[in-house]
Amino acid sequence: MMKIEAIIQPSRFESVKEALLEIGIEGMTVTEVRGHGRQKGHTEVYRGREYTVDLLPKIKLEVVLADGLVNRAVETILKSAKTGKIGDGKIFLTRVDEAIRIRNEERGESAL
Amino acid sequence: MKRMGVACCLLLTLVLSACPLRAQQTTTSTSAPPASASSAEASQAINDKLSDLDKRVAAAQSSADNGWMLVSAALVLMMTGPGLALFYGGLVRHKNVLAIMMQSFALMGWITVLWALVGYSLCFGGNGPVIGDFGHLFLKGVGIDANPDYAATIPQMTFMVYQLMFAIITPALITGATAERMKFSGTLLFMTLWFFLVYAPMAHMVWGKGGILNASLGGKFPTLDFAGGTVVHITSGVSALVCALYLGKRVGYPKHPMPPHSLVLSFIGACLLWVGWFGFNAGSALSSGGLATSAFVATHFGAAAAACSWSLAEWFKNGRASALGAISGAVAGLVAITPAAGFVGPMPALVIGFIAGIFCYWMVAKFKAIFGYDDALDAFGVHGAGGTIGALLTGIFARAIYNPIYGAGKPTGGLDGHWSQVGYQLVGIAFAWVFALVGTIVILKIVDAVTGLRVMEEQEIEGLDITQHGEEAYNLES
Repeated sequence: MMKIEAIIQPSRFESVKEALLEIGIEGMTVTEVRGHGRQKGHTEVYRGREYTVDLLPKIKLEVVLADGLVNRAVETILKSAKTGKIGDGKIFLTRVDEAIRIRNEERGESAL
Repeated sequence: MKRMGVACCLLLTLVLSACPLRAQQTTTSTSAPPASASSAEASQAINDKLSDLDKRVAAAQSSADNGWMLVSAALVLMMTGPGLALFYGGLVRHKNVLAIMMQSFALMGWITVLWALVGYSLCFGGNGPVIGDFGHLFLKGVGIDANPDYAATIPQMTFMVYQLMFAIITPALITGATAERMKFSGTLLFMTLWFFLVYAPMAHMVWGKGGILNASLGGKFPTLDFAGGTVVHITSGVSALVCALYLGKRVGYPKHPMPPHSLVLSFIGACLLWVGWFGFNAGSALSSGGLATSAFVATHFGAAAAACSWSLAEWFKNGRASALGAISGAVAGLVAITPAAGFVGPMPALVIGFIAGIFCYWMVAKFKAIFGYDDALDAFGVHGAGGTIGALLTGIFARAIYNPIYGAGKPTGGLDGHWSQVGYQLVGIAFAWVFALVGTIVILKIVDAVTGLRVMEEQEIEGLDITQHGEEAYNLES
């Protein structure tokens, strides 16, 4: 089992969600986060005072999948999240040791 | 149940028929005197009718004036709550929004009590040159009868409650400079002392009978201040500057960004201030006739022109006009037109507003940065500076055709040829600056010794809402 952690542009989120749904992936956790890589922020001005805002809003998507589905999911995310500009985000893959469904305490890949 | 209802209706009918209804008292006969009466009796009857007509006209004028004045009083109170509370509230960080609102609200309660007990008497009682007296302690002698020294057509109680709203908002303005770091207890003590040592003398000198700056009651240095440019804005603005310097900068200022947490709240507050200001300025006519109209129009034009000029200045400087700039401009214009409202025409009102917008923008964006003081919400930059420039321009643009304050036919301001008025304005401005400066330093020293002024650094970082009031403004998860 692998966890896919994708940090993407908020404007791409709806497309990514729909694309994942289309390939049969329905379970995900979504968080609103702030951050930056090499993308510069923007300047705001209030009554003559300038503020540099360098923590930009992003969406973090987390899905845990059986090994066999991971590659397809990663490709789907890449395709739907990409704009080609700096600030598109990143995808991280980590191995998951165990998954448990709380309702009936099922374990393993059938719990996903 | 039903029997009770019938009993109540009967009781109500009995009570109503026993009470003399006002309408019944004011109707008089409209029939002509009988033809057989002698000419002396006929002329007496006509005189009676004419004097009765006089009384009714006066009563009608009184009703109109009183109606407008009560509405104006309500409008000015609205300027504090929620106008100023929202305007300031939106500009602070969210951890401090309740604290700043609480300070305004506390004044709504506390200043009212002080005013009722002794404040009105100190401001408008007696005929001393600098301060009133205790003649109206506990509002003695303040009832439905008019006080012709101040407003001949409205109950003195109306005048009293109208002036109270000014006494509430003036100290509230100062909270803009001490925002995000002043103790609540310190604020209350400060405001109490400030009310007695700065506001009351200034209000009496400019508006009170015998006051040396009173233009309408023969003061020695008649300062034209229609609605409070000196009394309200210069005093609070200069006090704000002194407080900002004495208290010191907020933790992290100016390095850490502290942008407004909700310009939406500030926007709503600013618009409420604009509308409320019609009560503040046009209500200062103390009547509902042409002078109120003149002041109303000047007020609106001043606000609009200043909003435009501040935005223009920003567009020039930053390439964009901001919402915060536009609303700040409107407020600056309203401040500047406050002393001028009932003395100037519509075109000068536009000019005054235009100048104020640019001047206050410069004060806030440039001057503050040069000297580096932390006037958190620009109380000095907008009110102190705006009030000063407004008071000065009033001396230039005041004209007797709008308000013959020195008597019919006598020139009022510069445009009338009475250029020495500008000199008198400078005297009034100087009085306001000195009283505010000296008074505030003294008060700060006292408050520092008694309750302390500033919260501890950890409390400032955690936020005033939690540490001073035990509350969080937004509990979005609950």
